[in-house]
Amino acid sequence: MVCIIVPAYNEGENIGRVVRGLFEQGWRDVVVVDDGSTDSTATTAREAGATVLVHALNRGQGAALQTGNEYALQEGASYAVHFDGDGQFNPRDIAPALRLIEQENLDIVLGSRLLDNRSRVPWLKRYVILPIGRWINFVFTGLWLSDAHNGFRVISRRALAKIVITEDHMAHNTEITAAIKTHGLRFKEVSVEVTYHEMGQGIAGGLKIISDLVMHKLTR
Amino acid sequence: MLLIQAVLVIFFLYAIIKVVGRFQARELALGWVILWVSFWIAAGVIVLLPNSTFYMARLVGIGRGADLVVYVALVIIFFSLFRLLLQVEKLKKEITILTRAAALEDKNKKV
Repeated sequence: MVCIIVPAYNEGENIGRVVRGLFEQGWRDVVVVDDGSTDSTATTAREAGATVLVHALNRGQGAALQTGNEYALQEGASYAVHFDGDGQFNPRDIAPALRLIEQENLDIVLGSRLLDNRSRVPWLKRYVILPIGRWINFVFTGLWLSDAHNGFRVISRRALAKIVITEDHMAHNTEITAAIKTHGLRFKEVSVEVTYHEMGQGIAGGLKIISDLVMHKLTR
Repeated sequence: MLLIQAVLVIFFLYAIIKVVGRFQARELALGWVILWVSFWIAAGVIVLLPNSTFYMARLVGIGRGADLVVYVALVIIFFSLFRLLLQVEKLKKEITILTRAAALEDKNKKV
């Protein structure tokens, strides 16, 4: 069983389309983790046919993903897929990523929007923000990735049991990369398409990630 | 007695009454009560006898008693802030764990 985990916070406008897109590609086990949304996210996702787990309080995307991971383990999934709830990802990218992880017997496959030219990454993001993110990720984890901040992942059951996300907010991404390094997980990057509706987290979001990472190192 | 001394001492007494009140309401452990009461009494002594700090200050090599009070206060404040910050972070993680457990539990009930 492949469990598609979709973290969503106030994605009432997008989540229906995202869930339907996944079902259209033949995926059966779609779990939306509604992270304390104040809009119709949970109902819309349920109506679209997804299993919905509801966080009573907003705890951040990292927290939502960990809830999804634990659910996938509990349900006996052999693979979990992290798939953003805002409609930026293309559900067609899942099957090739799964083939890769199965054929090469990998632990984790990470999406990258920079391996081909399918994603129209805004100029500022491609040449300034992502390279900075890449370096920060490298400094904190020692792992060099072409696209260090991409929410698309395919994770094997073995890796799921090892990766425990404790970063509730956006720094979970660096935490996952660090876990790959610590546990010596076998990984590869795979090309995924990202469609841009808006900029994403912006500079403030990036600074928040760095402060989360530093706080985490201090409070551990 | 200067007005500022009177005002501060009255405030310290009020603080001690509050601390004892919390203790009687069983909201504060005895250890904390002793700590806070001695803290406010010490503050009272310093306010009423400002020169008393002079000896302590000279002992540790600081010129003025008032400076010593400020230094010590700053250290205590920053350390308390640090502790509080750690506790808030810990609380946040615990809230997340509870939220997650509830989310998974709800799912199990429905199935």
